[in-house]
Amino acid sequence: MIVRGIAAALIFLPAWAGAAEPLESRLAVCLACHGEKGQSPVAETPSLGGQPSFYLTVQMLMFRDRLRVVEPMNAMMKGFSDGDLQLMGELIAKLPPPQATGASADPGRMETGRTLAERNRCNFCHQGNYSGERNVPRLAGQREDYLVKAMRAFKDNSRRGYDASMADVLYEVSDEQILDLAYFLSRLR
Amino acid sequence: MNKHSSLRSSILFFSMLLISLPVSAQQAGDTPATKVLPTLQPVPTTVPGRPDVPNAEVAKQLTNVAPPPFGLPADQLPVPKLVLPKGFKIEIYVSGIPNARSLRVGDKGTVFVSNRLLDKVYAVVDRGGKREAKVIATGLDRPNGLAFHKGTLYIAEATRISKLENIEDNLDNPGKPVVIYSDFMNTQSHGWKFMGLGPDNMLYVNVGSPCNICEPPSGTGQLRRISLDGSIAEPVVRGVRNSVGFDWHPVTKELWFTDNGRDWLSEDLPEDELNRVTRNGQHFGFPYCHQGNFTDREMGWGRSCDEFEKPATLLGPHSAALGMRFYTGKMFPAKYQNAIFVARHGSWNRTKKIGGDIYVVYLNKDGSVKGQESFLTGFLQNNSYIGRPVDVHVMKDGSLLVSDDHAGAVYRVTYGSEKVAKR
Repeated sequence: MIVRGIAAALIFLPAWAGAAEPLESRLAVCLACHGEKGQSPVAETPSLGGQPSFYLTVQMLMFRDRLRVVEPMNAMMKGFSDGDLQLMGELIAKLPPPQATGASADPGRMETGRTLAERNRCNFCHQGNYSGERNVPRLAGQREDYLVKAMRAFKDNSRRGYDASMADVLYEVSDEQILDLAYFLSRLR
Repeated sequence: MNKHSSLRSSILFFSMLLISLPVSAQQAGDTPATKVLPTLQPVPTTVPGRPDVPNAEVAKQLTNVAPPPFGLPADQLPVPKLVLPKGFKIEIYVSGIPNARSLRVGDKGTVFVSNRLLDKVYAVVDRGGKREAKVIATGLDRPNGLAFHKGTLYIAEATRISKLENIEDNLDNPGKPVVIYSDFMNTQSHGWKFMGLGPDNMLYVNVGSPCNICEPPSGTGQLRRISLDGSIAEPVVRGVRNSVGFDWHPVTKELWFTDNGRDWLSEDLPEDELNRVTRNGQHFGFPYCHQGNFTDREMGWGRSCDEFEKPATLLGPHSAALGMRFYTGKMFPAKYQNAIFVARHGSWNRTKKIGGDIYVVYLNKDGSVKGQESFLTGFLQNNSYIGRPVDVHVMKDGSLLVSDDHAGAVYRVTYGSEKVAKR
């Protein structure tokens, strides 16, 4: 048992040594892509501001255990303990929500998106203002390209959800509707 | 009156109470009443044009319930709040198994526990007189289903079945599971499997319908049996939405299975089904007919429930009846002999939650249902879950194991003055 523990520690030495760094300095590496003020400047990379810590913790666990296979996220999360994941989730959850990019939002398209979101019951789990709660992420002000990517991946089963809710919901949502939903949600203040 | 009709009448009663509430509230106010006429138009409770989409106020009570990804420590498990009939006791069997799902026991007595949301299969091992969970397989794709046959543990993942041979002799070095079968649709929706070993020595799995309500794509919406080497596979039951529990009657060897009814139709309809299979190829109605007595409002036009098999009994609306076993032990009183214990995971698609218990269904000699009632309750407190039962398993000594995927633990139910198992 002890021998195996040491062997495991040696194999994962770089990651394990990394985990000994304070979480705050590891967080800086995350925010280089995800955005220092909660708002991601990188294409198809989500803004993390205003996300519930439960959701963040579960996603990081899924990257660590390769339930979601997305490099470099799998490499980034290697060596994190369950406790680290929870602390990191709480730290990230303190970032301010992203600013909606909706200065030029077309009212007609916003209304189309809003109606679609309500008809597909998005507001049930994601909350009326789409701020998310517990295992359900914030959608308001999220990057439009990331929302499209995420919904397409849930729909074609290439992205695993923690549970199957998103695959269920998107079963009857068309690609055109995905674009309308992303337009609306990303411009939501 | 059985439990269900009494539940239904109380629901009806409370709904009537709610309808009359605004008027009574007005009358009870402090200010002298200017006479308020009763409103003729009811307040809309749905989104216009979508009777299956409740409005924002109701929506708050219909959110999905995700379990924590970490098991609770033993001292935080809900055991003190659980309630059993007189003479029964419950104890923690093992804790610290996040998302503990299906239960199986090996020939040498090893208890195996699976995951649905996570990627592991565990064996419960004795370490210096203390029971603990040990990971024997990891990196799996929703490995919910387990079966055991002659030393080999079979694992049903979402898109494949694999096996670990001689597992009980190799718990410290189990190797990697070897895939024997993989002809499944890749779908997250109802993609996870329950698995059991039939009296014909074949592996039975559910292949769920990949939706809430739809015409199931070819090869889904069924129970399928597969030979132990994976070379033969055939559907045995059709018209299934998603079954996450089945077992064979110890005397008649007939297959019985639970099936989860569709969502978003109504608070009270349809109920989950307990079905009895009397011959291969039977169709149990999904998506056309629900609970044996009404056609679906979208998929049921032009169909009749007479075309399909009727359920043996109903298990409550949205109650999420999952794992089930016939009780074949000697420990419990005689009335439980060959009765069915069903784990009801508990509803989410209902404003007032139901289920979250172990339910028992009693059968007559001819296999018809004699009665049904709750057996182990207390997981549901103030309309939220402190635990959610998923599967049951009858141990050799007649005690009953219960898995809980919310608290991440397995409990053991015993009867009489039998000493509790050592920890």
